[in-house]
Amino acid sequence: MRRGRVAYAGAIHEAYPHERGVRLADGRICREDEVVWLSPIEPGTLFALGLNYAEHAKELQFSKQDEPLVFLKGPGSVIGHRGMTRRPSDVTFMHYECELAVVIGRTAKAVKRDEAMQYVAGYMIANDYAIRDYLENYYRPNLRVKNRDGGTVLGPWFVDADDIADVTQLELRTYVNGVLHQCGNTRDLVSDIPSLIEYLSGFMTLAPGDLILTGTPEGVVNVNVGDEVVCEIDGLGRLVNTIASDAHFNRA
Amino acid sequence: MYPPVDHLIHLLDEPLAHDLPREEVRALLSRGVACAAPIRGTVYGTLLNDANALAALGGDAYAAPYKAPPRAPILYIKPRNTLVGHGARVVVPEDAKGIEVGASLGIVIGRTASRVSAQTAFEYVGGYTIVADLSIPHQSIYRPSVRMRARDGFCVIGPTVVARRHVADPDALDIVVESEGGATFRASTATSIRHVAQLICDVTEFMTLSAGDVLTLGVPHGVPVIGAGKTASIAIGEWPPLRFSTIAEGGEP
Repeated sequence: MRRGRVAYAGAIHEAYPHERGVRLADGRICREDEVVWLSPIEPGTLFALGLNYAEHAKELQFSKQDEPLVFLKGPGSVIGHRGMTRRPSDVTFMHYECELAVVIGRTAKAVKRDEAMQYVAGYMIANDYAIRDYLENYYRPNLRVKNRDGGTVLGPWFVDADDIADVTQLELRTYVNGVLHQCGNTRDLVSDIPSLIEYLSGFMTLAPGDLILTGTPEGVVNVNVGDEVVCEIDGLGRLVNTIASDAHFNRA
Repeated sequence: MYPPVDHLIHLLDEPLAHDLPREEVRALLSRGVACAAPIRGTVYGTLLNDANALAALGGDAYAAPYKAPPRAPILYIKPRNTLVGHGARVVVPEDAKGIEVGASLGIVIGRTASRVSAQTAFEYVGGYTIVADLSIPHQSIYRPSVRMRARDGFCVIGPTVVARRHVADPDALDIVVESEGGATFRASTATSIRHVAQLICDVTEFMTLSAGDVLTLGVPHGVPVIGAGKTASIAIGEWPPLRFSTIAEGGEP
């Protein structure tokens, strides 16, 4: 089942796909563009992976690391489908990262990889923006690069794990203004989903609603104000985001 | 939206926090009560904000892999599994020699803070708390050290949130750490590179903080490392001190 979360007519609703747009839990049918899309879930702890596709790591000139490169993001960075992400006027390299987001469904502590998939509730698309101009070599990637307001785009749907036949064979694609720039496949993950759950639950307890953004494949390019960035993952839908200017955010 | 008026304390096993005068909080704590963390938001830690810590890094700050001293605030997140309160028992992992007791001032945000100027920053502070930002000691700070900082119970907070009106100058507070069998450690918030208002300003330039979030001023240089089976307490100014103890992995809870 696919579920979204939208604001419409003064309230927040669960929403489902419908041929004319979305159907709200109370039965109303709305066009996709007359609702405000929120993240399908309010995430708990938000993990993200760096350098988790071999080709992307090569693209950024990194050799294989001895343990997964995990960092954390805060809830304030999250926005939904059809949202806007600000590009500061002083930067030269801001890029999208299309990622498979794994939603934890059960408390997980010291889970072995053979059992790990039982702890997955479902999946979403994530676009995990980065601004490379702000990279510093302390706890890299630092939060100024990765935890900016509007820098974590999630949705449009939360898709039940049972609806995805083989999560190890999903193609990811990113289009900028309709042109395909990024294309990868979850079969190329350096640390796959069971390994990540085993690794993380080996030193901390995971809880329902925790989210693991599993990293991005090669093909990241700079985006500019006004660009429409669309991330697609097989079976999960199509996540749209627009790059906005400082002026739009009332900044000089 | 509702910053504390006095001293916010959340007793373990009680559904809600209380906002009490200092004498009542002292009386409660003297009975040995255990507490939950008195905050509900996200906890952001600040790295290398103590001038002594940066000085200790010395020339390494200019060498690989760091290449330059920090420019913007370097932050990390203490996720929800780490948050525990006064009286908590924290597990020291089997393969670790001990836990670093990162005694830090916690700035508790009182209302939505986005693009806040240093001049107005205190208006966004709801109060202050004591944070024991625990970690397994690690040399390299090049990569985010989630495995070292995000273990269950690795962020002890409280026992209270002290309302802002009770804290005349958060940039001149003594921090004292006492640990069983160890020497007393003393530091001050005065040695911070970014003081409270400037830190809030520089952080909210790129990320919004919400009411109930905590931003730490940062761990002072040279805080003690303690092994399993010890008790530690952190005092800041005259506030009720924060206590916790450590147990060995696999030991009695």
